[in-house]
Amino acid sequence: MEHRIIDQQLDLLRDKILLLGGTTEAAVHRAMQSLVTRDSELAKKVLEEDKVIDQMELEIDRLSIEILALQHPAAHDLRFVISVAKITPILERIADHAGSIADAALILNNEPQMNNYIDLSLMAEIAAGMLRTALDAFTAEDSKVSRDVIELDKKIDVTYRKVFNELLELMIDNPSATTGAAHLLFVAKHLERIGDYVKDICELNVYLREAAFIKHSPRVEAPQ
Amino acid sequence: MESKISISNLDFYYGKAQALFDITLEIPERQIVAFIGPSGCGKSTFLRTLNRMNDTIPIASATGTVMIDGEDIYAPGTDVVALRRKVGMVFQKSNPFPKSIFDNVAYGIRINGIHNSKTDLAERVEKALIDAALWDEVKDRLNTSAFGLSGGQQQRLCIARALAVQPEVILMDEPASALDPIATQKIEELVVELKRKYTIVIVTHNMQQASRVSDRTAFFMLGKLIEYNPTQKMFTNPDEKLTEDYITGRFG
Repeated sequence: MEHRIIDQQLDLLRDKILLLGGTTEAAVHRAMQSLVTRDSELAKKVLEEDKVIDQMELEIDRLSIEILALQHPAAHDLRFVISVAKITPILERIADHAGSIADAALILNNEPQMNNYIDLSLMAEIAAGMLRTALDAFTAEDSKVSRDVIELDKKIDVTYRKVFNELLELMIDNPSATTGAAHLLFVAKHLERIGDYVKDICELNVYLREAAFIKHSPRVEAPQ
Repeated sequence: MESKISISNLDFYYGKAQALFDITLEIPERQIVAFIGPSGCGKSTFLRTLNRMNDTIPIASATGTVMIDGEDIYAPGTDVVALRRKVGMVFQKSNPFPKSIFDNVAYGIRINGIHNSKTDLAERVEKALIDAALWDEVKDRLNTSAFGLSGGQQQRLCIARALAVQPEVILMDEPASALDPIATQKIEELVVELKRKYTIVIVTHNMQQASRVSDRTAFFMLGKLIEYNPTQKMFTNPDEKLTEDYITGRFG
């Protein structure tokens, strides 16, 4: 098979989005760790790293536009560039949520320790796992795994409702814990949103592989 | 959508060399169909079977059927002149006659005796030039030589000449390949405009052109039809790997 000029740029684009994906994944992981281990230095690192992620987003935007304008990709190449261009801002938003969790950690770390991290940690574990699997599925162009990850979002939603109720009860029973519980509620919401965003990534993975638009539709199985 | 042209099991030979293999294809009425494929893939040969232009090559022969409006154009007794009036053709290189702009367009009308008066002739010429999006540029110099026109204008003049005899199908063999981007854009806009009245088949090496103007695209390779699909599908998610490899430049 001949080497095409576009291949070099597509490879570069792939490298850049994988780096962005890995950095975003690390940001989510560190943000939660900073909260659970009450490590404010780590939370600050997450916030600093956000600037790097913003820069990565810009670079991917520029490269995607350049490839579209100069190389006129078609078929799979086109779907790849479109998927990358759409996944990139999603990853950037996930990183923003990681930043918000780090912000909450900075506040909560100055409050008395609360014991309600168990289900939040479970939510974070599911969200981070979804993100990791979604990025792996993007690399492998595996639409079956992507469809499975989409289903996992329901688990996060269920856990979110549970955490929400528990924190609400805590606020009622112990008004002095209201500030802390409110921040934890925000953290839970950020994790729930991350789950939604990962779902969007998986839908784009399916588009990349099958050219099928599954967004806004009930679960559709892959063609045999 | 109703088929204007139905091709079934068409084989085509130059002497003993087979150039087209078992082509079956439906061309819908008032649609633009683009033929793409590498050089020598048979797309121009196939285009020329649709108005029997290959008849001019002594060693050429075809089997299978090409039906236009339900009539087999290869049936014995077919009036080839009437066929070519119905199925007009525009070539890669513009080929105006060494005549005035008016006489170029009037030529086909005159030899076919389509007009019934001098005024009628002038009206038909004007209409063809309007339809070919050339009228405004030439209306004040109709009696000057066609060779004084630019390349793009000459090509549109050839399109006007084809339109003047009231065809139903227009075959275009790389009509913009020798033109600059502006002239190319005008031809492409014209092709899309002509779709309202005519069925158009266009051979092009320019894949962006095929994707911009056509409703359906057929990809040929080594004389075989590899894939025929709506253009949108062809360029975003082709069925065949060969098509994907070709449109993404994996081979040329």
